[in-house]
Amino acid sequence: MKKIISLILLFIICLGIVFCLQDIPFGAAKTKVGHYYIDNGREETGATNIVTSVVLNYRGFDTLGEVTILFLAAIGLGAVLATLKKKGKRQIEPASLILKTGCRFLFPLILLFGAYIFIHGHLTPGGGFQGGAIIASAFLLVYLGCRERKINEVANKITESIAGLVFIVMGLIGLTVGGHYFLSNFMPKGEINTLFSSGIIPIIYIAIGFKVGSELTGIIDNLMEKS
Amino acid sequence: MIIIISLLVIIMLTAAVSAIFFKDLLNAVIAACMVSLIASVLFYLLQAPDVAMAEASIGAALVAAIFIIAISKTKRHEE
Repeated sequence: MKKIISLILLFIICLGIVFCLQDIPFGAAKTKVGHYYIDNGREETGATNIVTSVVLNYRGFDTLGEVTILFLAAIGLGAVLATLKKKGKRQIEPASLILKTGCRFLFPLILLFGAYIFIHGHLTPGGGFQGGAIIASAFLLVYLGCRERKINEVANKITESIAGLVFIVMGLIGLTVGGHYFLSNFMPKGEINTLFSSGIIPIIYIAIGFKVGSELTGIIDNLMEKS
Repeated sequence: MIIIISLLVIIMLTAAVSAIFFKDLLNAVIAACMVSLIASVLFYLLQAPDVAMAEASIGAALVAAIFIIAISKTKRHEE
């Protein structure tokens, strides 16, 4: 009986979605704002990657919200795991030589790749979130391969806080100096398609890269060590 | 092109359904990762490299690692 009722409910929901969506033509642009970004984004923001110009310039405030959500999730996980009792000292099994050596060689390369991704966020595909996730995966490799090494938790938290502060301070400077709104691009645009261009976008993306990387590393550290 | 995309979508759907029905949670996590990995390939083929990068690094690597750590701290088999 319960299953039949849920099936009927599901059918009604499906019907509703179909009725809502059947009037919208598939793949057609309903709003003009997307075309505006594609046509004028390069000149207005100085960023070659249009996605970055939308994420950090036109919709920079939303990105601040995203970073805050990730921060809250990391804090929540830490708070939940802090209430657990430690089951004594856990013995660490040493990894094999191949895993250890591979980890030692791959770790700096992955770190470099992540840094490249978020420093060149305004020129090539990628950005702070992607680069930060790649950096966190490099630290995950260390946790898997070289278990006797530990990251410095205090340095991790300090990096995260400074990166978050840089983001907010850049936004507040834009509020007072530049276009008089939060996160306005007050620095010179520079020459398009070079590394030092598009004003505050690279600075904020580097801050986001550090923040996301240290947050995800903190999540992995909490899960591996504190439970 | 359309053949490759539809093949990938079929594999993705199979992986998604099998992730629900696996009793061994480790297999389910790997199937869920496969969904993310193929999704990232599809994003790349549909010319969204930014999203593809995020999906590959977060969906396929970090989420899998977090789930596997969670499984190793709890139980592996579903009752």
